[in-house]
Amino acid sequence: MSTTLDGRIALPADEAIVLHRSYWQATLHFCRREPLGAVGAVLVLIIAITGLSAELIAPYSPTANDFAAMTEAPSWTHWLGTDQFGRDLLSRIIYGARTALIVGLTSAIVGGFAGLVLGVASAYFGGRLDLVFQRIFDVVMAFPLIIMALAVVAIFGTGVHNVIVAITIPLIPRCARVVRSSALAIREIPYVDAARACGYSHSRIILRHMVPNVMAPFLIMLTAFVGQAILAEASLSYLGLGVQEPTPAWGLMLQGGAEEYASTAPWIAIFPGLAIALTVFGVSLFGDALRDVLDPKLRER
Amino acid sequence: MPPLLVVNDLHTEFRTGAGLVRAVDGISYTVDPGETVAIVGESGSGKSVSALSVLRLIPDPPGRITQGEIRFAGRDIMQLTDAEMREVRGGDIGMVFQEPMTSLNPVLTIGRQITETLEQHRGMDRAAAHRRAVELLGLVGIADAERRLKQYPHQLSGGMRQRIMIAMAVACDPKLIIADEPTTALDVTIQAQILELMKELTRRLNVALIIITHNLGVVARYANRVNVMYAGRLVESGPAAEVYHNPRHPYTMALLRSVPRLDRPRQERLDPVEGQPPDLTRLDAGCAFRPRCRFAVDVCAMKRPPLEGTGNHLAACFRSHEIEREAGAAA
Repeated sequence: MSTTLDGRIALPADEAIVLHRSYWQATLHFCRREPLGAVGAVLVLIIAITGLSAELIAPYSPTANDFAAMTEAPSWTHWLGTDQFGRDLLSRIIYGARTALIVGLTSAIVGGFAGLVLGVASAYFGGRLDLVFQRIFDVVMAFPLIIMALAVVAIFGTGVHNVIVAITIPLIPRCARVVRSSALAIREIPYVDAARACGYSHSRIILRHMVPNVMAPFLIMLTAFVGQAILAEASLSYLGLGVQEPTPAWGLMLQGGAEEYASTAPWIAIFPGLAIALTVFGVSLFGDALRDVLDPKLRER
Repeated sequence: MPPLLVVNDLHTEFRTGAGLVRAVDGISYTVDPGETVAIVGESGSGKSVSALSVLRLIPDPPGRITQGEIRFAGRDIMQLTDAEMREVRGGDIGMVFQEPMTSLNPVLTIGRQITETLEQHRGMDRAAAHRRAVELLGLVGIADAERRLKQYPHQLSGGMRQRIMIAMAVACDPKLIIADEPTTALDVTIQAQILELMKELTRRLNVALIIITHNLGVVARYANRVNVMYAGRLVESGPAAEVYHNPRHPYTMALLRSVPRLDRPRQERLDPVEGQPPDLTRLDAGCAFRPRCRFAVDVCAMKRPPLEGTGNHLAACFRSHEIEREAGAAA
């Protein structure tokens, strides 16, 4: 071991592996590795853009009744036809994308992040707190998502905001569960102890040191949640307990069409149903691809 | 000069399914400012626990400091609030862990991990912390600091990561660094570099160092004083050269014989320490080393030998004088 003249300790002869990839390259790599995932991502993107720019795209107002053209089959004036109140179905589906995305994203993100923090905290503190949290989660998870959401709607009432709350609550323990199991493994890795030895507070260790390390399973779950939440919203609306008329929502449109027009005007039910299916399909494809890429066990060597 | 750290009659226990484990069973030692003290012992001897107790980092449950006094720079560590304790950790006392591969957070850049401790303890802003981080990397012998600070731990080798850990430990000008087997996970050439670096830094920055190790070679070369631990107790304590050349406890002697030495004939066989470390849940009233000791006599089974001796060289053995004589004759 030698020291140089200015008192510095001589360098070890080790060189770092430089691994640098731009976002574009990473995106390209993803598309090549996961073509189906890329299809999913494009689907989701299209629906997101549709929902965001509904005012620009939609040919008619989603709530305007044209009593001269009720239950009309798809034509050049009404591409997807009209419903029993003479409202343009295409416009309603476009605006419905907005409702689906608002509900789906908000409840998935809020529920996901709440579950993330609770799950990591539960694993970090361990002991009695962990036990209590886990039992509470067990209770919430004992109910199927839609039943739990129904119960919450029964208490708080219907409407977009309450639907979001209703879907968020059952998502929290589902996320916390998975995150906790990852965090339990991370808890045992010395950098958590090292962070304690650096004098960081509990909240800092949880949020800054542990949460980023469970991001991979969390992101995968988040995409799954978006799909589940959109489905749950459609189901609640279909049951008449979710979004209320005249707000355009796919589940609501399905219900209005399915009951009496299934045979006489099938387009009223078919197109919103397709919209739901395509969206959930796109989200699932993207989520699966994301899992394949982020899960080190499935990563190509 | 008053000692920087005084550990007095420390007891740390773990309640496990198998029973109560007295991982640290009444040890006392001091560390003077700027001094390097080694704590030596085999796995499970309580050396790490005794050091973690100083930072109050024993996971509770199942562990607990049940008794004893820890004074650091005149403050009673046991009486500090959690917030005060957080100031001590990483501020006044830095810590270097055994595994540089896993002691750095894989998702944060090197720079972020160093500046975070500076922001926490020194209240620096980002820019000031960054300048200090660059300076620290120079101090621990890492070139091209600006680039390194932007990298993630997986982009660095083990030796470099341990240098980063050392940089983090000295970042806030601590008075004491606790290094828990800092070289165990590194290969031999890197070990020497890391030890030299720590020696150099502690001398230059006048930081006291507690180095926990099972490698007596490390002790002889880098420590001022040695505390040898066995089954949660100190069995020998004294100046490093003194303990190395004139061990007074049969365990220390056995440890020294089990290490290859350049000043002995090459053909000489190494002499491993026979037997297994004792089960800490079922220790009896006698000396814990008795079953493995070739000097054991009847009195060893009756009571535990106290830690005593002449001057500052202490040993916990009833026959320490005979042993010292024999060791002296053999050497």
